[in-house]
This record gives sequence, C-alpha cells and structure tokens, in this order.
Amino acid sequence: MDRRVVITGMGVCSPLGIGLEAFTNALQTRQVGIRFQPELEALKFGCQIAGKPIINKDILEQYFTSIQQKSLKSTGLVYGVVAGVDAWKDAGLPVHAEGEPDWDSGIIFGTGILGVDKFREAIYMVDQGQVRRLGSTSVIQTMASGISAYLGGILGCGNQVTTNSSACTTGTEGLIMAFDRIQSNKAERILVGSCSDSGPYVWGGFDAMRILPRKYNDNPEEGSRPLSASASGFVPGSGAGALVLESLESAKARGADIYAEILGGCINSGGHRNGGSMTAPNSIAVQRCIREAVNNSGISTEDIDLINGHLTATSKDPVEIKNWSEALNRTGSSFPYINSFKGHMGHCLAAAGSLECVGALLQFREGEIFANVNCEDLHPEIASIVDPAKIPTQGIARAPEIIAKASFGFGDVNACIIFKAYNP
Amino acid sequence: MAEAYYSQLLDIIKPYLPEDVSVTDITPDSHLLEELNINSAHLVDIMLDVEDAYDIILENEDMEKMETVSDALEIIRSKLNNPS
Repeated sequence: MDRRVVITGMGVCSPLGIGLEAFTNALQTRQVGIRFQPELEALKFGCQIAGKPIINKDILEQYFTSIQQKSLKSTGLVYGVVAGVDAWKDAGLPVHAEGEPDWDSGIIFGTGILGVDKFREAIYMVDQGQVRRLGSTSVIQTMASGISAYLGGILGCGNQVTTNSSACTTGTEGLIMAFDRIQSNKAERILVGSCSDSGPYVWGGFDAMRILPRKYNDNPEEGSRPLSASASGFVPGSGAGALVLESLESAKARGADIYAEILGGCINSGGHRNGGSMTAPNSIAVQRCIREAVNNSGISTEDIDLINGHLTATSKDPVEIKNWSEALNRTGSSFPYINSFKGHMGHCLAAAGSLECVGALLQFREGEIFANVNCEDLHPEIASIVDPAKIPTQGIARAPEIIAKASFGFGDVNACIIFKAYNP
Repeated sequence: MAEAYYSQLLDIIKPYLPEDVSVTDITPDSHLLEELNINSAHLVDIMLDVEDAYDIILENEDMEKMETVSDALEIIRSKLNNPS
C-alpha cells in the first residue's frame, strides 16, 4: 500500500494579507485585495488594477537579515520566503542554524520568472558597461531556483531542493510532484509552494494581449469577476503560497496537526491539439486530467463535494465549467459546490495554484465553504450547466469532505489534485 | 585620519559578518575570509561598498591583494593618495 501524504503546515503572502489569520478572515468576509496601481497608470497600462501583497519594513526585518535586505529587489523571492518560512513554522518544524541538513526534508518551490526588477537593474548596469557593479546578489535573485535555494538555506533542507515552472499550473503541479516523491519514499516532508513577482514587467505582456480588464480602473474591487456574465479578463496578481506535505507516519510521530490528506492528482498537457494552443486549453486533456485525478485517488466522481476552480474571469470560465461537468458527469443541482478565489485576489499567475490550495484547505479547518465575489450576474452558459445555488455568493457553514482543485496554464498544461478531510 | 578610515571600514564590514563573529573580534590583521569567515561572494559586495564610501575604483588585482583588514586599508590609502 502506498504511503499516505498529509498537509501539516501552510503560509501565505497574498494580496489579501500575510499569514493564515488575515487570509482566512478575508476569504470569510468576502474582502477583495485588488487595488488601483498608480505605477500602471503612469505607464499607460490598459488595466491599472492588480493584487499585490503589502510588504513593510517590519516584515522584511522579520524574515531577512540586514545584508539580505540591502539589495533585495526580487519581489517574488520576498513573498516566497515569507510564505515558506511561515508554512514551516506552522507545521511546528524546527529551524536549526547549525548542524547537519535535514536529509529527509526537501523543497519544491516554483515560479514563472523570478526577480524581474532585479534583472532590470542588472540589464541597465550591463548596458552601461558597469557589469562589475552587479555585486553578488544579481544571480541568486534572478535565477528561477533562487527561491527554493534561499528557503533551502534558511531551513537547512537536505533532500531535493528545486523549482518547477509550468505557468499558472506551477503551484498545483508542485504539490503533486511532492506527493509522488513522498509516496515513493524518497522524502519524509517537502515544503511546496510557488511565488510570482509583482509589477509592470511581469504584467505588461498580459496587458498587451488584451486579456486584462480595462473598465475597472476606478472600481478595482469589482474588476475580478470569475463566473460572471460581465467578466472581461483576469486581474493580474502576485504573492506566494506554501504548504508542508508530509508522510502520515512522520506527521503522527511528530504529533503534528493535520489540515487534510492528499488522495491523488494528475498532471498532463493538451499538446496544443484539439483546440488547445499556447493560450487555450484542449478540453479533452482537461477532462482527462480531472478524471485521472479522481481515478487515482480511489474515489468516484460523486464523492467530490466542492471544487476550487482555476476560473480566471476570462471568457473561458464557461468552458472550464463545461469541462468539470463532463469530466465528473454531474450537472444542475447534482454538481458540486464550486468557488474561485480569483475574485478576491486576482490571478496570481505562478503563485495562483499554491495560494488557492491554501485557501481551499482552510475550508476543511473552518468547516465552511467560502463564497465567490463579483459573480452575482452569473454567466448564463454557466447557469445552464450548474444550479446557481452551487455557486455560493455567501459563505456556507458546511465542512467539505472531498475537494477537487485544478489549475491550468499557458502552454496547454493542467493539474488537478484531490484533497480529503483527514480521518485517522 | 587613519583611525577614521579604520572605523569606517569596520562599519562597512560589520553587516557581512556571520552571526558568530562580532565586530569586536576584528583586528587589523584579521583575514577577511579565513578568520572573519566572510562569505567569499560577499567580498564582492564589500568591494562595491568600499568604492562607494571612498569614491574610488578597485581593480581585480586590488581585490586579489585584499586579504586582511589592513590590506584593505592600505589599498584604500594608496588609491586616495594616487587618484587615477
């Protein structure tokens, strides 16, 4: 029998706040962390609103030494370290400054691109013939694996320490990769997460593709509208989420609190075929990914009582709903409850999967199905597939038993993971 | 003057010291890497801070010569006395 894998720690650095308490409260009270960004206005962006964690000096002092702070310009690295260290501590795991690395603990911490502002600074210096002035921090803040490397050093992890990257699938993909590694006995615990830089150089390309909403610059809190008839694009976000995955034996031996169990998951790609492309999903692949996740979790499609969707608030939301419905063979009032947290914090890109998985899992702890925001005008195509009562606009006091979470990304890549309330 | 340079240099070095090394452990003869245990990557950053603080430019060969605190002081002094 395969080893059971559970989640024993979580942390977030999100547009809704830093730390689980602020994040939980925001999701429960339907807060929105999307704000007008004067910087984007000055740069003539069509979309001038975004979700961005608020990092002050106190936060930096808590997580970084003075010398680390000195030339720190990689926002994703900051978000990732805050979320990662918090998750580790939330799991009750120690941080030893000295001694042997912990050979049984690893890190899979993904990103799309890291340290864009730092890289911009380096490009200017290099172009001015000042390469010698880059100092020692340019490489470590801009290499994709800078985030896992940084965390690996802080926590002293001696197992695999790596960074995965699969666009907006990154965070959820990382969880499944860590699940596989622990299940196959190659690690006892893995800190999994993902982070995404904030700022115009990350978001600009999406603005140029005209897939961000342009009509909400004066009304940022209503700009991100997953599932809604008036959805007009995703609001760019940033931040980091982190989770500690652990073998059940290890969690029990430590007497750790358990948030939930991971039953299984699937990662696949649509190969840019059957309607799939660099930016659009191959629906056959999406449905296959969901069904495969259900099958290898040893449950049946009826067992899922809550879905946390990818649901970005583009015109593709109805397609996603159709894919869930066909994959699970459930419609109308027999469709599971479904929510998306992108209405609250925008689409945090590479960080989306990990942040949303943390949000999804908090629903077990709180015994509540969190509400959607900004979908009062439900998209008619979605309403024709799913009973609107299954798309809550107010929190529902009901503890979920099994949650399916999916993330999809540019490149036609998919990941779906199945979480279950922990029963010893 | 020499005293002032020395204490300014200590201020530059101080943040790069590992946790188990105190600024009071520093003497003119301290070897930056071997005795003060400064991370060799950080030596590059110390050089840049020295350049900014004294408004001088350090060449690769200066860096190679800079093994101890007094080496560093000597190089700074000679740069200041013979501006290129």
